[in-house]
Amino acid sequence: MSKIESHDAPATDGAFELDPEIADHLTTRRQALSRAGLWGIGAAMASLPLGLGVLAKSAYARQGIPQQVEDILNFALTLEYLEAEYYTLGVQASGLIPSAHVPIFDLLRIHEVQHVELLQSVLGDAAVAKPTFDFTAGGAFDPFNDYAQFQILAQAFEDTGVRAYKGGAAGLNSAPDLLDAALQVHSVEARHASEVRALRGQSRWIQFDETDVAAIAAVYAGEANTTHAGVEVTGVTGVSERGVTEAWDEPLSVAAVLEIAGLFIVD
Amino acid sequence: MIHFGRGSVRRVKRAEKPGSTIPTTEILMKRFDVRSDSPLPTRRDFLRRSALAGGVIVFASACSDSGVMDPGPDPEAASFGSGNVAVLNYAYLLEQLEAAYYIAVVNDFYPNATSEERSLLTDLRDHEVAHRDFLAVALGSAALPEIEFDFSAVDFDSRTSVLSFARTFEDLGVSAYNGAGRLFTADADGAALLTIAGKIVSVEARHAAAVRSMISSNPQAFAGDDVVDGNGLDVLRRPDQVLAAATDFVVTPLDPSGIPSA
Repeated sequence: MSKIESHDAPATDGAFELDPEIADHLTTRRQALSRAGLWGIGAAMASLPLGLGVLAKSAYARQGIPQQVEDILNFALTLEYLEAEYYTLGVQASGLIPSAHVPIFDLLRIHEVQHVELLQSVLGDAAVAKPTFDFTAGGAFDPFNDYAQFQILAQAFEDTGVRAYKGGAAGLNSAPDLLDAALQVHSVEARHASEVRALRGQSRWIQFDETDVAAIAAVYAGEANTTHAGVEVTGVTGVSERGVTEAWDEPLSVAAVLEIAGLFIVD
Repeated sequence: MIHFGRGSVRRVKRAEKPGSTIPTTEILMKRFDVRSDSPLPTRRDFLRRSALAGGVIVFASACSDSGVMDPGPDPEAASFGSGNVAVLNYAYLLEQLEAAYYIAVVNDFYPNATSEERSLLTDLRDHEVAHRDFLAVALGSAALPEIEFDFSAVDFDSRTSVLSFARTFEDLGVSAYNGAGRLFTADADGAALLTIAGKIVSVEARHAAAVRSMISSNPQAFAGDDVVDGNGLDVLRRPDQVLAAATDFVVTPLDPSGIPSA
């Protein structure tokens, strides 16, 4: 199993800035022609009973969705594509998931597919196409034949998702209806993360920046932070430092999230 | 020694509490869904109701609409302040509620609590106490006072009762933070506070999943369809809905009128 190198990407409060290179990347995807098939926009729109598409259209009827908001939503969509495909393939892999755990991963699959459809409905033609994924990360992992690895990557994806939405939310504070939805997705990802961690016998909350698997250490970079809004919390509470690190989850920069996700994206 | 003493917790029910605002019979009937054809209230119902009658969160409109007896704004009610401060105080109220609850749970576990359950509930206490203490310092002199709570509706000797209320409080907290994000100002200050709130709410959601899995045999309970809708979205509640649910447990009179509206 290869290592996703841990790096010191500090979690920054509220910062959501797209690296120009990443923005270009997303723009390129946006222009990609391959929108047909399973993830086709038209099909998603047609099957959505309620979705936020209508809402986004009315909110931005004249000027369209602001570029910054669009970038955040496409960033989120990319992660949701990844999670949705991962659980879809996992649930389909015969003999991989023990029957007692199938309902759990199937629920994760259902939610991630719903998130994909929701974001597609909001973005409309501006939605990025689904990337091509390689969940072996070039042969480093074997999640669809090895259940332990499948769970490890599920934990990594869920905890990364929580951090990514947290980072993105601050950039949506001028788009209140989309912010509502982003926060509602965010807490669902956290419920998922909690359950997957428990399934692995791990603490449901992130302790310091620890992980039992070095290969996913980058997912937890910066999680040991104990200073919030300028308050060093360990100095104002009787709760242990470990407890304080557990009690706050940290955002992750877009660059760091895409570095993690990028390992599984072929194109 | 960890000091968990802040926050008054009343585990023993009182027949009556002083309250400067007296809800009218009409409001009580509505609040407790008492209908003329309802069976006679049980002793438990009665005790809950008398406890509730003391829990007063003053909504200006509710008072004036009641007509018969309009006590006007309670000068003693604790103000949330306004703007971003009011949103943080709203979070502070909920964190005080949760902290007080788990302090009471952990101080005297229900019989036969497993070591896993004790450990998990102790973690929840620690997290909520840390959230509470952080918000108290962040708010400084603008902070709500120490709120007095009434948990007489909880049977602290019953695993089912303790975990059911824990589930209620965690899901309520998640929905409250989800619905409060947009109440922060749409500027850099608001964005920074939104991130702070986001750092807390995902831990509340981790809690909610934990408690739900403890109390239910349904393997999908952690994110069940009673909290996650057909678009994969978690519950979201605005302050009026959250405070209406929390008022059952709050003794201290509150004036939340300064909380920004969605």
